[in-house]
Amino acid sequence: MKTSKLGLDFEKVDAARAAASEIAASVMDFAAKRTTTSVERATLRMMGVEGADAEGVHWVNRVVDSPTGRDLLAHGLSVPFADAVARTGMDASETARAVAAGSVEMAMPSGEALEHAVAAAEDLAADSFRRIRTQRSRRQESLAELGEGERPLLYVIVATGNIFEDVDQARVAAKAGAQVIAVIRSTAQSLLDYIPEGPTTEGFGGTFATQANFRIMRDALDEVSREEGRYIRLCNYASGLCMPEMSCLGAMERLDVMLNDALYGILFRNINMQRTLTDQRFARLAAAAGGFIINTGEDNYLTTADAAKSEHTVLASDLINEQIALRCGLQPEQLGLGHAMQMNPWSEDMFLKEVAMAQLVREVFPGCPIKYMPPTKYMTGNIFRGHVQDALFNMAAVMTDQGIHLLGMMTEAMHTPHIHDRYLALESGAMIRQAARHLGDEIEFKEGGIVRGYAAEVLENTCALLEQIRREGLFDAISRGVFADVRRHMDSGRGLDGVALRADDYRNPVESMLSLMAGVKGE
Amino acid sequence: MMNMESTKNAVFPKGVDPTRIKPYGDTMNDGQVQLSFSLPVPMGPEAREAARRIAGRMGLKEPSIYHETDLGHGFSYFIVYGKCTHTIDFSAIVVPKIDMEVMGFHEIEHFMEKHFDRRIRVVGACTGSDAHTVGIDAIMDMKGYNGEYGLERYPTFETINMGSQVSNETLLARIVEFKADAVLVSQVVTQKDVHLSNLAELVDMVEAQGVRQDLLMICGGPRISHEVALELGFDAGFGPGTKPNHVAGYIAQELVRRRRS
Repeated sequence: MKTSKLGLDFEKVDAARAAASEIAASVMDFAAKRTTTSVERATLRMMGVEGADAEGVHWVNRVVDSPTGRDLLAHGLSVPFADAVARTGMDASETARAVAAGSVEMAMPSGEALEHAVAAAEDLAADSFRRIRTQRSRRQESLAELGEGERPLLYVIVATGNIFEDVDQARVAAKAGAQVIAVIRSTAQSLLDYIPEGPTTEGFGGTFATQANFRIMRDALDEVSREEGRYIRLCNYASGLCMPEMSCLGAMERLDVMLNDALYGILFRNINMQRTLTDQRFARLAAAAGGFIINTGEDNYLTTADAAKSEHTVLASDLINEQIALRCGLQPEQLGLGHAMQMNPWSEDMFLKEVAMAQLVREVFPGCPIKYMPPTKYMTGNIFRGHVQDALFNMAAVMTDQGIHLLGMMTEAMHTPHIHDRYLALESGAMIRQAARHLGDEIEFKEGGIVRGYAAEVLENTCALLEQIRREGLFDAISRGVFADVRRHMDSGRGLDGVALRADDYRNPVESMLSLMAGVKGE
Repeated sequence: MMNMESTKNAVFPKGVDPTRIKPYGDTMNDGQVQLSFSLPVPMGPEAREAARRIAGRMGLKEPSIYHETDLGHGFSYFIVYGKCTHTIDFSAIVVPKIDMEVMGFHEIEHFMEKHFDRRIRVVGACTGSDAHTVGIDAIMDMKGYNGEYGLERYPTFETINMGSQVSNETLLARIVEFKADAVLVSQVVTQKDVHLSNLAELVDMVEAQGVRQDLLMICGGPRISHEVALELGFDAGFGPGTKPNHVAGYIAQELVRRRRS
């Protein structure tokens, strides 16, 4: 028998989850029938294609965008590419260059050659899979050896634009108690249809996510982890137009947490829904294989929608995201479902409602390291009040046993954090976590009180919304503006031209290997 | 920002010489200020002395280090108080302000109906790499901000909110196609002042297109002031705390003024 501090009706939770499961099934079915330029690029990266041309365009982009690459998109590029590698006797990167230059043409092999090419593709990807397995066990060993400290894990951002400067800021943050370091990306990167190459020292509002930057930061954090005697997690983004590739790089470079949410991209970056939901399926298979935590973006919904009327959209979206993730082989302990209520701190009993929502999400997802964020919408240049507001939410996070706590910083909405802004945020977070350590264990909310009443109302509305989405489908719901008050349509938004329906002879051995590793039955 | 009072009409606390003002803590003209900063040097007596000297160089007398923290890895953090030695002649300050009267929703609607026989077309966007639409949404969307309806709600305005990460090229194309009377550009997040170059570039492009004289150019954001806007070649700039009716009222009054001149 489940217990609830909120007196939740768990039959309602089950009903909501059942509706979300049906919604997720139809989204997954839709995505499994399609591929995208970014899925095929991720596949080629996994097969060992490395490096970029003189303009910095990665060879996987050049292959996918070559005339035969475009022609073959619906059939999958991994098999024709592996066939080309086998025919030419060159390695994957050399073959990619030759395909880009037009000196080698790819074609879909048939008969015996097809089976040879499939086997060749698997061989080419073997190194990447070995690397992912090694990274996974390194994380597990480090966590077993060093531990990672108490929960909620204190999560802070670094965003200098320069990866080497980021390293300095991250080391200082780790010393002050940070447990997750998130390197914020340069603002427009989610809309780039390629991943830049190499270490980078200039960005806007953040630092470019590149494979080299991932490696530089992970190496630095490994060193800091040893110094601090605690494993420090690294977070970046598997989102935007390169979502599948980012997820594969994350698995290979031992990212521990990645923001991964198609809905966020659809709503806030106007990325086409067909594109990004298809990308997300592949990205989450890679996440499951890599064993890292995903964070979903519901914590941003209420920055645009009216918080007091829309909390149920956050919970509904969390449930849909959970069901999609489980279908991709992710385990509950990998689901850092996002939530943040963005209530006006000046409104009466706001803190009670905030706690009600945080506790509700806690109880609906008991096995998940749910990710909590303080409201950013009401941060102003008054850094002193902002620090107090953040302290309120630090308290809510501890009371409701959140898994990951994105710490608010006093200069939010002003500039990317200065070194001491982050220090002060960590000091406050750690102090309140310590001071209120077991407060949550002492609390059971009063029957008939505000907190219980609010949670019950939100759950009720969540059930109704999910039932409606189940009937009309997720795509229609998004086009009606159900989430975040933003409307998006099936055939609008960025990246639609990179989507193709899979042909009958579509093959993707890398995807099959990922599915196997993720424990998901292949198609 | 909308306050039209000049410094001449200001009422001062007792003991203030408007030609020589300095910060105030608890005793008139004590010059007390608080500041905090980090230094890229390891914490220790030398770091503390360096912090004190930095404060001295800023023109602070008797700087006191009230708090210090070793941030580690060669960084130290300080909270410092000191007495400012500089003074400012307040009576000589002139700040460019938007010349307008603040009107409410109904007043603006009434004004518009009286002066225009067509709807006024306004395009808004958050340009460059900026993904933060909070500002432009607050001014333009139906819902508005702080109890004031957004421009979309005004029957006398026809609006397009293009959202975030709009390139200047795309925005200009929309301005031309829509025959916009006014453009609103929001810039929230910045790094290394990229918002300023974005805004200046738009002005250049609008001029090169030959539509500048028919277009009211307005920018807004937490780091925008009317003065900055004028320097960049805009007609007006709105800073933090701006409500939709401020912008709507300005557009209405300015368009009428231009028609007269």
